[in-house]
Amino acid sequence: MLIPFFFQLRDGGLKTSITELLSLLEALDKGLARHSVDDFYYLARTTLVKDEADLDRFDRIFAAYFKGVDDALADLFTNVPDDWLKQQAELNLSEEERAKIEALGGFEELMKALAERLEEQDERHEGGSKWIGTAGTSPFGAYGYNPEGVRIGQSGSRNRSAAKVWDRREYRNLDNSLELGTRNIKVALRRLRKFAREGAADQLDLDDTIDKTARNAGYLDIRMVPERHNAVKVLLCLDIGGSMDDHVRVCEELFSAASSEFKHLEYFYFHNFIYESLWKDNRRRNSEKTPTLDITHKYGADYKLIFVGDATMSPYEIVYAGGSVEHWNDEPGAVWIKRLLNTYQKAIWLNPEPEERWAFTPSIKLTNELMDKRMFPLTLDGLDKGIKALR
Amino acid sequence: MDQQKFTGTENYIATDDLKMAVNAAVTLARPLLIKGEPGTGKTQLAVEVARSLGKPLYEWHIKSTTKAQQGLYEYDAVARLRDSQLGDERVQDIANYIVRGKVWQAFASEEQPVLLIDEVDKADIEFPNDLLQELDRMEFYVYETRELIKARHRPIMIITSNNEKELPDAFLRRCFFHYIKFPDEQTMAQIVDVHFPGLKKELLSEALNAFYKIRDVAGLKKKPSTSELLDWIKLLLAEDIPPEALRSENNRQAIPPLYGALLKNEQDVHLFERLVFLDRKAGGQR
Repeated sequence: MLIPFFFQLRDGGLKTSITELLSLLEALDKGLARHSVDDFYYLARTTLVKDEADLDRFDRIFAAYFKGVDDALADLFTNVPDDWLKQQAELNLSEEERAKIEALGGFEELMKALAERLEEQDERHEGGSKWIGTAGTSPFGAYGYNPEGVRIGQSGSRNRSAAKVWDRREYRNLDNSLELGTRNIKVALRRLRKFAREGAADQLDLDDTIDKTARNAGYLDIRMVPERHNAVKVLLCLDIGGSMDDHVRVCEELFSAASSEFKHLEYFYFHNFIYESLWKDNRRRNSEKTPTLDITHKYGADYKLIFVGDATMSPYEIVYAGGSVEHWNDEPGAVWIKRLLNTYQKAIWLNPEPEERWAFTPSIKLTNELMDKRMFPLTLDGLDKGIKALR
Repeated sequence: MDQQKFTGTENYIATDDLKMAVNAAVTLARPLLIKGEPGTGKTQLAVEVARSLGKPLYEWHIKSTTKAQQGLYEYDAVARLRDSQLGDERVQDIANYIVRGKVWQAFASEEQPVLLIDEVDKADIEFPNDLLQELDRMEFYVYETRELIKARHRPIMIITSNNEKELPDAFLRRCFFHYIKFPDEQTMAQIVDVHFPGLKKELLSEALNAFYKIRDVAGLKKKPSTSELLDWIKLLLAEDIPPEALRSENNRQAIPPLYGALLKNEQDVHLFERLVFLDRKAGGQR
């Protein structure tokens, strides 16, 4: 039971495990979702999905999988023999209700009207159940996982159909391939943390003190250690101006998150591509330049290098001397980026352009190759992968 | 079924999916991990579950320095050391220096308790991993006294997270998960109603209108959430502001009164005022 659904979830990229499937079955066994598809959906969601980023994906798979079941139920509904229905109705209806049906033109009329209703209703047969609402309160039968799936005569309060709940896709915004906020970026960057104890020993090391004191036959032997710091060093190079104007906001967010997260953060700006010099202040970019070679000399190889840029330009700007749009460059950008990459083994390029577009922009492909395929989209997911590549 | 069901309380509105998540966790005695925007009542949930099911509540608030061990027990070595140097009798028995943590207290509870582990993401990245055995088997071992502590009743564990750190897979596998999404206008009206019964209908609908409009302003760093809305309404009531003052369309005074309760970020307030200014200017020209 539910095993095909489970495999469809896994095929859909959800990391659902057997334990979770078993707990779902256990919960079903205990009768937690006996009454409606809604309940089953909620229960399955709470047991199988463990990250809000996956909720939307789950909704879509659930909809795709159970759409078939839903349609099958609709089929059954239209093909029910009249006699059986009639019998059921007589079994379950009160005198009063039967009188009401008579007033409507008798049971045959009712069934005819029902048939018409079924013709015109949409595939999810929401309209149908509403209409028969006046006829009685009989559950329709036990079909599969949802014993009361098709109800005749629902009270009408159940206007929130289960199908609607997952079809609404309310969790779309939480899908992690979408854009980021400062906080999300910080969380992602935090994974780059590498704690190390360096500097003056100014904290009491309780465990070591106890250990040493015990060995010292009970005489206090105080031990100190230095405090833990985030020891990661980051060199951030940001593309500025031109085509990057569209991405100013996300870059700002990345920058503000990075500057509060890393103690050792150095940043430089460039325009379109890396050449012989970079700058720190955009207003004085022409007067206060830092030669790229100085950077490689000043900051050690333990720095991690992050480029942020859309890499969208003419390929000439990368591969030819004099290709730069702003000045004459004696050596092509490709040479300069190779120099930087030779110094900094751990490097990535974050690209705010959507990944789907990369294949159509030659300069992006070129840059990605120069980076040894270490280009990642500037989304939460891409940042995650990028950080992994940096570690 | 003899199990009690959680259906929300008179001052906590639970949506259907939340009820299902809580009831599933209670029935199967699994921990329930709750995530959601700040201010959507994650911590409050545990309090209300305990209240509605009539069970004792143990709260363990996590800080960045919290270690998993502290929730189980702590060995007060310093006290023992001091006693030993003073020649105190108590020093002979190590059990005197074992201080029980929240998890132990919950395990030792006479009836099934509710245990809240609040903001689990604040702790060190390894913290959840250190609790795997305890969550799974509901038992742990005290090395100092060589005893195995078993839960008398599996507690209903509610764990909240603000997503500051990713939680390890092994930990997630053992939990049920629920994401409290931001309530829609209808649910919000119910929530406000339980907090301020008898609130003038007009004021409420105007306040909600203004509130959702502010939430829709693009570019806010921190969108106001339920708890901010409740604070704001409290203020509106205290100041006795008439509903008309909230209706921005009539008078072009589009800034809702006391909006400081809704916007907590200086840049947001700034952005908001600028937008209102632009809006007013456009209105003046019309």
